[in-house]
Amino acid sequence: MWQALTEELADTGLTIVAVALESRGLDAALPYIEAANPTYPCLVDRQHVVAELFGMVNVPTAVWINEEGRIVRPPEPAGTNDAFRKMDPATGRLAAEDRQALRDERQRYLDGVRDWARRGDESPWALDEAVVRSRLARPRGEHELARVHFRLGEHLWELGHGDRAQAHFAQAVRLHPESWAYRRQALDLEQQGKSMGREYWEAVTALGDRHYYPPIIAPES
Amino acid sequence: MVTLLINGHTSVTPAGAPGPGPWVPVSQMAALTGWDLKPEGACLGERCVPIPPGRSDEFEREGWFNMAALAAHLGQPLAEDAETETWCIGEAPADRATALNSAIAPDFRLPDYRGTEYTLSQFRGRKVFLVSWASW
Repeated sequence: MWQALTEELADTGLTIVAVALESRGLDAALPYIEAANPTYPCLVDRQHVVAELFGMVNVPTAVWINEEGRIVRPPEPAGTNDAFRKMDPATGRLAAEDRQALRDERQRYLDGVRDWARRGDESPWALDEAVVRSRLARPRGEHELARVHFRLGEHLWELGHGDRAQAHFAQAVRLHPESWAYRRQALDLEQQGKSMGREYWEAVTALGDRHYYPPIIAPES
Repeated sequence: MVTLLINGHTSVTPAGAPGPGPWVPVSQMAALTGWDLKPEGACLGERCVPIPPGRSDEFEREGWFNMAALAAHLGQPLAEDAETETWCIGEAPADRATALNSAIAPDFRLPDYRGTEYTLSQFRGRKVFLVSWASW
């Protein structure tokens, strides 16, 4: 998807930068990167540094940054929404109307990226600085503490202390329960594939009326 | 043997500390932690934090410096794994809030899948669509 958009918008001065939040590192990310055959930068972030710097709590999440280095759209789901929650976890099947809802959301979002790529700050998709500032997540003490537990867990996992790592991942999830990145990375490091297993779907169901992918702030059409 | 994760450093501290926790020899403090002890206090780059008067014993003893005391003093988050004697010290929320107040994207440095290092700031002058993904 991002390679096609890179080619389409090549003459607009837009660079797509993809960051894999991947504590397993290149081993886990490379098959996907090779399949995408990208000409845009594909970075590998074992410690979820970018997620923590920008306040990304899930994937795919995007931040738009203008030519001066100013954020013009804060972190938001990059072309997806909660329609995926209707999926049957066992079969991965989704009803036609929900598949359509996901396609529509992706189309709307990518059209927004196209508009901004061509018109820059003139695009209604580019938000004012005050709006961006008000929507950037303020660092909170418990989230900062979650970061150091996640970092410690990732370090211990790399050294082969899987059980100690999970103890600190559990602290990170407890301190920052909104972070699906922490939660799912921890499940994945416990056992590959577990990040989409029973525990994951139970946690999604437990959200109830709350969003998994919050709706984006789109211009009025 | 204590391991300390701080400011991007992963440091194993030498034996002989005057107490439990992440003590580092003052002579190796800059190399191990990024912080340096100067006459004006503990310094990270341009920023210096005076050691609180009358409490120097908590911070510095017998040529060693206690990074946990500094973290507590600055309100930096700290996590400890007692079993493996590993400590991790982060940034104070107030410091990060200041960085976010401007809406200027914070810079970072990461390798790509071929090992080439990138920074966000190298794309200044272009629009950047920064997007996360994962295999999990």
